[in-house]
Amino acid sequence: MAAPANLAAVTHLRPVPDPKPPPRLAERGKAQPQVAELERWATVLRLDCVRMLAVAKSGHLDSSLSAADIVAALYYRVLRHDSENPDWRSRDRFVLCKGHAAPIQYAALAQHGYFPLQDLTGVRQIGAQLQGHPDMRRTPGIEVSTGSLGQGLSMSLGICLALRLDGLDDTAQVFGLLSDGDCQEGQTWEAATAAVHFGVPNLTAIVDYNHLQTDGTTEEIMDIGDVRAKFEAFGWDSVQIDGHDMNEVVEALERSRTVRKPAAIIAQTKKGKGVSSMEGRFGFHGKPPTPEQAAEALEELMAKLDEQTAALLEAGPRGGGE
Amino acid sequence: MPSEPEAKTEPIATRHAYGDALAELGERHEDVVALDADLAVSTQSIKFGKRFPERFFNVGAAEANMMSMACGLAATGKVPYCSTFAIFAAGRAYDQVRLGIAHNELKVRIGASHGGVSLGEDGASHQMIEDIALMRAMPRMTVVVPADYNQAYRATLESYEREEPMYMRFGRPATPIVYDEIPETIDGGVDVLRAGKDITLIATGHMVWRAIEAAESLQQQDGVDAEVLNVSIVKPLDSEPILESLSKTGLGVTAEEHRVVGGLADAVREVAAEQHPVPLFAVGMGDEFGISGTGEACMEHFGLTARAIADRAREAMVLKPIVSRPPLFGPEWT
Repeated sequence: MAAPANLAAVTHLRPVPDPKPPPRLAERGKAQPQVAELERWATVLRLDCVRMLAVAKSGHLDSSLSAADIVAALYYRVLRHDSENPDWRSRDRFVLCKGHAAPIQYAALAQHGYFPLQDLTGVRQIGAQLQGHPDMRRTPGIEVSTGSLGQGLSMSLGICLALRLDGLDDTAQVFGLLSDGDCQEGQTWEAATAAVHFGVPNLTAIVDYNHLQTDGTTEEIMDIGDVRAKFEAFGWDSVQIDGHDMNEVVEALERSRTVRKPAAIIAQTKKGKGVSSMEGRFGFHGKPPTPEQAAEALEELMAKLDEQTAALLEAGPRGGGE
Repeated sequence: MPSEPEAKTEPIATRHAYGDALAELGERHEDVVALDADLAVSTQSIKFGKRFPERFFNVGAAEANMMSMACGLAATGKVPYCSTFAIFAAGRAYDQVRLGIAHNELKVRIGASHGGVSLGEDGASHQMIEDIALMRAMPRMTVVVPADYNQAYRATLESYEREEPMYMRFGRPATPIVYDEIPETIDGGVDVLRAGKDITLIATGHMVWRAIEAAESLQQQDGVDAEVLNVSIVKPLDSEPILESLSKTGLGVTAEEHRVVGGLADAVREVAAEQHPVPLFAVGMGDEFGISGTGEACMEHFGLTARAIADRAREAMVLKPIVSRPPLFGPEWT
């Protein structure tokens, strides 16, 4: 293993071998990234997260990793967004209700050119545009500031209502990504009630149900139980999926667009997914990786990335044709 | 330009001004939306709701949800007016207002009605006496407390022209009119309502008409010539007219329907202590909660009356020869 204490080796942004850059909005459509590509992008985002937090020595790595597949599916395929025109009125909105997973969103935004990739390693440092939790006033591509659990779904609902008044609720979908903690906050259920009452057709709530929180497992601390059934009881369209199965993630997200009422996707996930030493294990919430852990994680993720890249190159051009 | 309504002359509650002006704003501006939490009749946002049902969102008894929804609406280009009782706006939904609205510097207006103890019978659970302190402490939040219907009407209309997040406090009971006309502007938020030379009475909200009454009683009974200032924007506090008056009179009494801690009293003391220290006495709520009773009985009970202001001023006047002194380093006023 490389000298683990050498942070420079951990942190420098090695150019990732990249068969295809993420498609710009205009190029999307017929050439949608396929599942294998999305899986690879999820690995790229995970790598970015490990690097960012190893340098920052602060932040929520495991919470970011559990959401990586969902965020990759959103930013690389599902969301209609444009980094060159972040204020585009009829764009889809993504609200990271679980604001502590900011690194995963920052990685996706940087990879899409909302700001330079080098900025990622400045996260949580004084004067950085990348704050500890998403800040709409400092970071391009952030719709609303979050970080206080429970507020994000209400904010997403507010966005839906504004879009309705602007006649955009048929085109622009609003995706909110919640944590188990969000589901413990009462306000989330105020918003769940109101979303059905106001009949917004363009709201998708994704719950990154990773079963771990700061003080222990959700089952020990405060069991939120069958979240799918809860959303259904509130009148939502509600499905449960494996949040690390890219096929299921993409299908559920794209389906939620076609459901003309509030739609919940309960994604069963593992905290720390992608880094075997962390996966599904308690004790990492809010703790940055040590240099040793970071080096180990990077090694594992780079190996995975190389494997995914090789497979993609072997399979040939996107979609196997053209 | 739409026609201005006629100024009121008879006692009427400031919350009615909010409701009337909000409906007018809805008429003038497409992007104004209103939210309420099952108190639309009490807060008077119902007037807007009836005229613009598609832009009115009653969220039920869910104030936290309302504030965060307003954040989403404002981030998407609307100008939300959130109405509920002051107790819920500032107390229950503090974190939602803080992160979603103030931190994001969004153009959201919080119309908080039933501020203070004068809401009466509902008692301590509903009587908000620390909202000004909470909202003053919140970074980037502007705090507006109009004195009467006419000023409240202007303050609400003018709130649309300003960009910063705003907390506006209105009251339940009908209160006497202070401004004969609907003022052209609330400007910096400090108006000299009565000129005087002996002592400065600085009041906000429901205490302004009482301060004027106190000044008249001081004139008649004691020959004391009191200056009366109405502070309608408690934060950011326009220090210049306050310092100007205090440096002239050398003595002041503040009056508010609120805890003296963190309220107008502290706001004035901060300015004076740094720039022109003079003795300042406060009329307001002590370390205590409200109680049930009629609005006026509650005001009596807690000493929030013209007589209390006048008495405090008399105490201060006794001290004046002992404590007053010419400014040592104070700014020069012309």
